[in-house]
Amino acid sequence: MTQLVTQTVPVLDPNDTRPLLQIRDLEVGFKTQYGVVPAVRGVSLTLYAGQTLAIVGESGSGKTTTAQAVINLLAGTGQVTAGQILFEGRDLTALTPKEMENVRGSQIGYVPQDPMSNLNPVWNIGFQVEEAIKANSDLRGKDLRARTIEVLKEAGLSDAQDRLKQFPHQFSGGMRQRVLIGIGLSSRPKLLIADEPTSALDVTVQRQILDHLGTLTRDYGTSVLFITHDLGLAAERAEQLVVMYKGKIVESGPSKEILANPQHPYTQRLVAAAPSLASKRIQAKKHDEAAEIYSAGGTDTALIDRAAIREEQAPTRDLITVEGVSKLYRIRTKGLKYTELLAVNDVSFGIKKGTTSAIVGESGSGKSTVAKLILQLETLTSGRIEFDGRDVAGLTGKELLKFRRRVQPVFQDPYGSLDPQYNVGNTIAEPLLAHKIGTSRERQARVLELLDQVSLPAATQFRYPSELSGGQRQRIAIARALALKPDVLVLDEAVSALDVLVQGQILNLLTELQTELELTYLFITHDLAVVRLVADNVCVMQKGRIVEAASTDDVFDNPQQAYTQELLAAIPGGDFEFGGK
Amino acid sequence: MPSNTTPGARPDQGHFVAALEDTPIAPLDKLDESQKARSTWADAWQSMRRRPTFWISSALILLVAAVALFPGLFASAQPNDGCELGNSNGGPEAGHPLGFTFQGCDIYARVIFGTQASVTVGILATVLVTVVGIVVGALAGYYGGLLDAIVSRIGDIFFAVPTVLGAIVLLSVLPDRTPVTIALVMSIFAWPQIARIMRGAVLSASNSDYVTASVALGVSKFTILVRHVLPNAIAPVIVIATVSLGTFIVAEATLSFLGIGLGEGIMSWGNDIGDAQSTIRTAPQVLLYPAAALSITVLSFLMLGDVVRDALDPQARARR
Amino acid sequence: MLWYTGKRLLQMIPVFFGATFLIYFMVFSLPGDPIAALYGDRPVSPGVIAQIRAEYNLDKPLIEQYLLYIGGFFQGDLGTTFSGRAVSDVMASAFPITARLAMLALFFEAVAGILVGLVAGLRKGKLFDASALVVSLLLISVPTFVIGFVLQYVFGVQLGLFRTTVSGSAPLDELIMPALVLASVSFAYIVRLTRASVSDNLGADFVRTATAKGLSRPRVVTVHVLRNSLVPVVTFLGVDIGSLMVGAIVTEGIFNINGVGGTVYDAIQLGEGPTVVSFIAVMVVIFVVANLFVDLLYAALDPRIRYAK
Repeated sequence: MTQLVTQTVPVLDPNDTRPLLQIRDLEVGFKTQYGVVPAVRGVSLTLYAGQTLAIVGESGSGKTTTAQAVINLLAGTGQVTAGQILFEGRDLTALTPKEMENVRGSQIGYVPQDPMSNLNPVWNIGFQVEEAIKANSDLRGKDLRARTIEVLKEAGLSDAQDRLKQFPHQFSGGMRQRVLIGIGLSSRPKLLIADEPTSALDVTVQRQILDHLGTLTRDYGTSVLFITHDLGLAAERAEQLVVMYKGKIVESGPSKEILANPQHPYTQRLVAAAPSLASKRIQAKKHDEAAEIYSAGGTDTALIDRAAIREEQAPTRDLITVEGVSKLYRIRTKGLKYTELLAVNDVSFGIKKGTTSAIVGESGSGKSTVAKLILQLETLTSGRIEFDGRDVAGLTGKELLKFRRRVQPVFQDPYGSLDPQYNVGNTIAEPLLAHKIGTSRERQARVLELLDQVSLPAATQFRYPSELSGGQRQRIAIARALALKPDVLVLDEAVSALDVLVQGQILNLLTELQTELELTYLFITHDLAVVRLVADNVCVMQKGRIVEAASTDDVFDNPQQAYTQELLAAIPGGDFEFGGK
Repeated sequence: MPSNTTPGARPDQGHFVAALEDTPIAPLDKLDESQKARSTWADAWQSMRRRPTFWISSALILLVAAVALFPGLFASAQPNDGCELGNSNGGPEAGHPLGFTFQGCDIYARVIFGTQASVTVGILATVLVTVVGIVVGALAGYYGGLLDAIVSRIGDIFFAVPTVLGAIVLLSVLPDRTPVTIALVMSIFAWPQIARIMRGAVLSASNSDYVTASVALGVSKFTILVRHVLPNAIAPVIVIATVSLGTFIVAEATLSFLGIGLGEGIMSWGNDIGDAQSTIRTAPQVLLYPAAALSITVLSFLMLGDVVRDALDPQARARR
Repeated sequence: MLWYTGKRLLQMIPVFFGATFLIYFMVFSLPGDPIAALYGDRPVSPGVIAQIRAEYNLDKPLIEQYLLYIGGFFQGDLGTTFSGRAVSDVMASAFPITARLAMLALFFEAVAGILVGLVAGLRKGKLFDASALVVSLLLISVPTFVIGFVLQYVFGVQLGLFRTTVSGSAPLDELIMPALVLASVSFAYIVRLTRASVSDNLGADFVRTATAKGLSRPRVVTVHVLRNSLVPVVTFLGVDIGSLMVGAIVTEGIFNINGVGGTVYDAIQLGEGPTVVSFIAVMVVIFVVANLFVDLLYAALDPRIRYAK
């Protein structure tokens, strides 16, 4: 570190009993045309110097609102309606806007959630870091420039000098997040608020960045208020835990203690459903005991037994065979030149009837392209895909329709995969109509049957997607995919966007349906923890290639490739010991 | 508070558990059946009908439409009957509430009977531009490739001629200038705007997951266009169409003011305003009344456009 | 940026030829005798007809006519007015006046429009915002020429604050009132656009992050909110140059200004078809070139465009 760092590293005094941040009975509401809607209801928490405290909760739990209230950055009509936020004894809710400006940045830093939208697209990176430093220090000119580079280097951008003039859109998500972390820590604040700082990133990148953030805050003695939806992540990164549910704190205390001995039913559910934690359990004991972990979510033990039996009885012939498949994209770069991107490179695997296979990889690994190739939504560059013994490449007309009836997709984004203009009944009936199946009355009956299969009430058929939650929409997408009684479902990140409890619920539903309807699943996912819960076989993809393919147990117990090991190690909370039931 | 402190913990950091009765757990992801089902269009309607602007502008538009269709109901006299030069630029009197034009004709009757031509031009031009724009934009955006390239380049060329400038050129050589020709001429230069907007909206709609899902379900390409893409891409076009109805009326008036709008025999607000310019200093009211009628009509469509945009754009709704 | 400029220049070429051909095609390929149409019901001497035929090469095929015309265009031969003067000569004296008027109008609409729009966007729902919205709606719905007449009547005739017509040399101070009239409609559009854009950007994540950095409110508003809101405004200015041209014809007609617009206005009033066509062809070319500059300005303001492939 250079001389420019004026602040000294504070010495931690374990006996210091004055809290750095103390939130007392905080209430936050949002003004709407129907009156004030409460978002945070009576939250109290205490954070000492040098500590990391994580607020864990699902979407809508009020965790982000609480964090934003601390530095008075509430969105839109939000306002603190009661309570105190004491920072070093000073009530932040009583500060004038000018006083608040002096607290922000220099006293309390902030790292936002989405790296894509949190940097101003029209200013270069250097400018955006520089103005943060300038606002909170007297550095100017050369010193300012030097400090800017230093901040970026500390945040992990080794080639900072050369990249100052670049714009946010020229940076990857991980690098942008590093810039934002650099900005948040640039003035050595006493407290850093990190709101889901890595949830948009790949697991391996997430791990690197969180490790780095941990090192920095430890070195500077910065306290961290960490907001996350991931219990495993929270347990791994914070010594104090606050669990929020519908605007209230349901449980708080030392992380280890809460995870080892969750008291509140909601926390118990959360602990049980967290795939990142559960995966260890399933690995340690066998399938049958996985049921126990899921019992809070309502899994039938018998289902998992049956899954085990099914695995043994699996037929020897593959239902889907993928052989030496490659996909080449031509991407236009500057001018008339093209670069070629080999999205999928000589991939081969087979899927047996009635089993669940998973393709795991990070963004850009080519896993979704494989799904599209199998679904005949993209054409092969080379190789061969067989379904039920027949080559499916280049199917047209009736043959293609026949194939489509048997292989159906479910996509990631439950907000994008349903047409907002169509009600649920019409959405589910669409495939029946497209294939001219049944009379209008028969189709109606089938819609109700399908709704029942995905455990939604019949009245759902009149609803529009905007009125449903993410989990409900995903159920509709599954019902639509099942309408034609297919043999195979290709699930492209189908549970990734869902809250953990809902995710568990959907995974249970899928397991149930598999047994009931003898379905074959192909899971495309970035989440190894999910794979552990559902898959029989796994292919790990990296940069278009399959680097490892084996049974799920083999991959988890005995990963052969360095990349697989890295992925496994990056699962948050993967090595966290937790005891209770 | 059922809190049990952990040994060694600092003050206020012990293991705290909220009382269950304070934090009841709702059933997971249960459908709220108490609300009525609402489509996006029903939603838009809900949002529109709460706004007074919507009702004011709709009422005005209905009134203008009624006047345009049945002018006889609103004015007893035919506008050109009883024009007496003796009344030239005369003030209001019984039976002639707004006074007289330079030619001694009743201004009120002329404003009423001038509505039809102005509104016809506006509606006709809007319909033409919208239909052409939607079809061209949708085909270009949805089928892409060579078709898109050709159509977009042609659109660029027409876009390069500002509507009224193009209309001035064409109308200065057209002998016969009826509301239909004026509307046609303006549409020739105005369609690329709607086509561009439609193309963009169709592109983004066809990249959505629900379209991919429909492809995978085996729905035919054209059916997807009609059933999924168009309904989801139409909203911005509706907004622009509402607003352009007003701007076309202004454009017609501008052309008539310049003397190359509607033919001399056709009564319209634009022609009357144009005729009144010579006497603006002595009798400003002759110009003001048709101008006011025109402005109120245009204003109604602008306000309606604003309301519709807010209703159809969920982002704008969220901001409110 | 260099690549982007080159691409834009290349794209301009077909538009240039397409648009000029479009105008030429419309005038000379309509059914009937184009000369008769150009002169309406005015009596035309056989000598003039012969002259026009020769000038526009009407005895040759259409495409050849056009090529001869556009060839002349590049050599500075922009056509001939009704009275026999070269359009290029008239342009030389009229264009500076119109340019002055347009610049003044652009200055008014941009500065005042952005300022009012910014304040309205920052105080959304407050009295200032509501008034700005109402005024902008009124300005858009009242045609330019009505605004022109009213201002001329009230301030010029009734109050006698300024001359109702502009003298031949069109000094800047006499152009203030016409420029305000010319700017009025676009001002209203810019207010609305800036307001919407400002209120969008106020809710943007990067603005919250900027605030969290500890920046002062004025800095957040200018550097992050206003700066980003300029991008759509600049895009609008490109299209708006077209309305400014139409507005110039109207405004210069009303205030009797000897600019390009005034010349076109007079030509329309007198039914001098060839003059109108020649001048408008030149205006369209100016529009195309001006749009090129606006596009470049747009790219300068938004790096995402600048670096786009």
